[in-house]
Amino acid sequence: MRQVAIYGKGGIGKSTTTQNLTAALAEMGKQVLIVGCDPKADSTRLVLGGMHQRTVLDTLREEGEDIDLDEILKIGYGGIRAVESGGPEPGVGCAGRGIITSINMLEQLGAYTDELDYVFYDVLGDVVCGGFAMPIREGKAEEIYIVASGEMMAMYAANNISKGIQKYANTGGTRLGGIICNSRKVDNELEMLEAFAKELGTQLIHFVPRDNVVQRAEINRKTVIEYLPEEAQADEYRTLARSIDDNKMFVIPKPMTQERLEEILMEFGMLD
Amino acid sequence: MLNATPKDQIERTGLTINPAKTCQPIGAMYAALGINKCLPHSHGSQGCCSFHRMHLTRHYRDPIIASTSSFTEGSCVFGGKSNLTQGLTNIFSIYNPDVVAINTTCLSETIGDDVGEIVRDAKVPEGKTVIYASTPSYQGSHITGFSNMCKSMVSQLAVKEEDKANGKINIFPGFVEPSDMKEIKRIAKELKIEFIMYPDTSEVVNTPNTGKYEMYPSGGTTIADIKDSGNSIATLALGSYASQDAAFTLEKQCEVVPYVLKTPIGIKATDAMVMNLLELTGGSVSKELEIERGQLVDLMVDIHHHYHNKKVAIYGDPDIILALTEFVIDLGMVPKYVITGTPGKAFEKEIKEVLEAAEIKDCIVKIEGDLFGLHQMIKNDPVDMLIGNTYGKYIARAENIPLVRIGFPILDRVGHSFFPTVGYKGAMRLIEKISTAFLDKVDMECLEEDFELVM
Repeated sequence: MRQVAIYGKGGIGKSTTTQNLTAALAEMGKQVLIVGCDPKADSTRLVLGGMHQRTVLDTLREEGEDIDLDEILKIGYGGIRAVESGGPEPGVGCAGRGIITSINMLEQLGAYTDELDYVFYDVLGDVVCGGFAMPIREGKAEEIYIVASGEMMAMYAANNISKGIQKYANTGGTRLGGIICNSRKVDNELEMLEAFAKELGTQLIHFVPRDNVVQRAEINRKTVIEYLPEEAQADEYRTLARSIDDNKMFVIPKPMTQERLEEILMEFGMLD
Repeated sequence: MLNATPKDQIERTGLTINPAKTCQPIGAMYAALGINKCLPHSHGSQGCCSFHRMHLTRHYRDPIIASTSSFTEGSCVFGGKSNLTQGLTNIFSIYNPDVVAINTTCLSETIGDDVGEIVRDAKVPEGKTVIYASTPSYQGSHITGFSNMCKSMVSQLAVKEEDKANGKINIFPGFVEPSDMKEIKRIAKELKIEFIMYPDTSEVVNTPNTGKYEMYPSGGTTIADIKDSGNSIATLALGSYASQDAAFTLEKQCEVVPYVLKTPIGIKATDAMVMNLLELTGGSVSKELEIERGQLVDLMVDIHHHYHNKKVAIYGDPDIILALTEFVIDLGMVPKYVITGTPGKAFEKEIKEVLEAAEIKDCIVKIEGDLFGLHQMIKNDPVDMLIGNTYGKYIARAENIPLVRIGFPILDRVGHSFFPTVGYKGAMRLIEKISTAFLDKVDMECLEEDFELVM
């Protein structure tokens, strides 16, 4: 079983990418579990065809610790198993602790079965505190992909996340598997991301182009793979899935200084 | 026991061994008990509340009551609002206090619960009061917690009303024993002063055994009095660390003039308190107090040879040890080490003034020090006596030095709840304790030919 964590700046498209990617893996016959680690609980909407899932933490709050796995684990497109951690409403409580509680709960309930090929953790935003690093702590996800784009803040966040990975990589087994570009059609984006990935010591594992079909599939509560499997965009996700499935390059990232990051932006971001 | 303490002192950062302090809510809980019919409430997990109650119960040897929000893993993730809201409903329907004083724990502080908002949103029954103070233990000490709760009493209760000047003096006694609070009240009464004192834990944590358990004993300052403190002439804040913030808050809120004095331990500090009270009211010293002061001076002269020139290490809470240091100097003793675990730069300045006035040069003062460090210093340059709380007994035993128990906590001796150390009478009691400790040691250890009937 390969455990994979997906990080990236808020709003970059982690959940969309993860679900399309896992749908492609499912299409290849892989057994996949998605663990949504976002209090908004919207990480599995596309594979389940809507948000009608009870989260681990809601269930814990309402029914106590004595719960069954099937109350929180739902089966979606292509047999993908999906779990949402959930968390507190905005502005109260501790979402970080929520992730810890919820992942411990899943382990206790036996969600990680041997027939699984992949477990994907879809983690919100930046690694702001210990709780958000839970998926990459000892014994959990050993490979990490960062979703980024050619926008300054997305790369800044990716660099920051690399600092968190570096911290855990030095003492544990977790490694960076690559950068996934979710294109924003920024000037020179491919070259910039390739240079950025290289500087981090990793690779740009796939460049996912921007296509409105993703948006249309989302409105229909579906992944592109399910909604329009013949579209070119579906093939992009299939390529991404294959690249990850075949990936052999796992590194401890070398985060760069703010100055170096800005240099890369200057070098590639200004066309003239 | 402490035989392994090494003599070599190595500079330590980031490690405290045997701290000279404990956590904020203990002070906050103690302060809250000084309000009449008040139930302290701990917003956090049960273990915190149990420890605070246990520690206070062991010191006062009276049951210390407090309720808790009883956090579960769920409350930690979702915030403690529902637990506190339900808790308040339960508290008023089951235990029926007049006041609930909430202190927070590290957990609720770290997850960022907005206790003020929760309280404003809760349905508090008519005629009941809820106050709250933020008391994370990773800041300050139990003294900070005491101060924070006192400040909350002022900021959430005291009001200045038009044409309602009451002509009274507010007295904030600081973190002292119930016996001390009672003694301060007695002195104020001797001076014929109209006053409001809070918090006042006398007859709350040192109750008589009547055969019947009273959840809310007769003692403690009433809410009406605390409200009325906004109409007073002035505030005497005794002990800057425990009382100053509350006094300054009251000044800002209700224009009541603050006077920050030392905790009235010893002759100088008591004189200062008495004189300040008289200056404010224009009265004169009572015959009774004059006699007590005279007796104290007489005793200081009579037995000065018991303690004169003896070296002493003093440790504990800043307000207490500041006044104690001044007093032992007045007795002719030599303070060698003065250690507090409570952080704050002001202490260094205040203690320096005391030491410089007495021309004492080689006294080592440590803020945020610990008892391990004190023990090491004693090993290198010994003292004749330790003055501080119970935790010093290990050093006392290891080094065969008499220990006079003053401060918080005292877990292995009695007396502090009933016999004050403040005021002139309290100073006499201190002399008795210091003298007895020295002489008992001599009597037990001296050669037969040196054994004296009259000392």
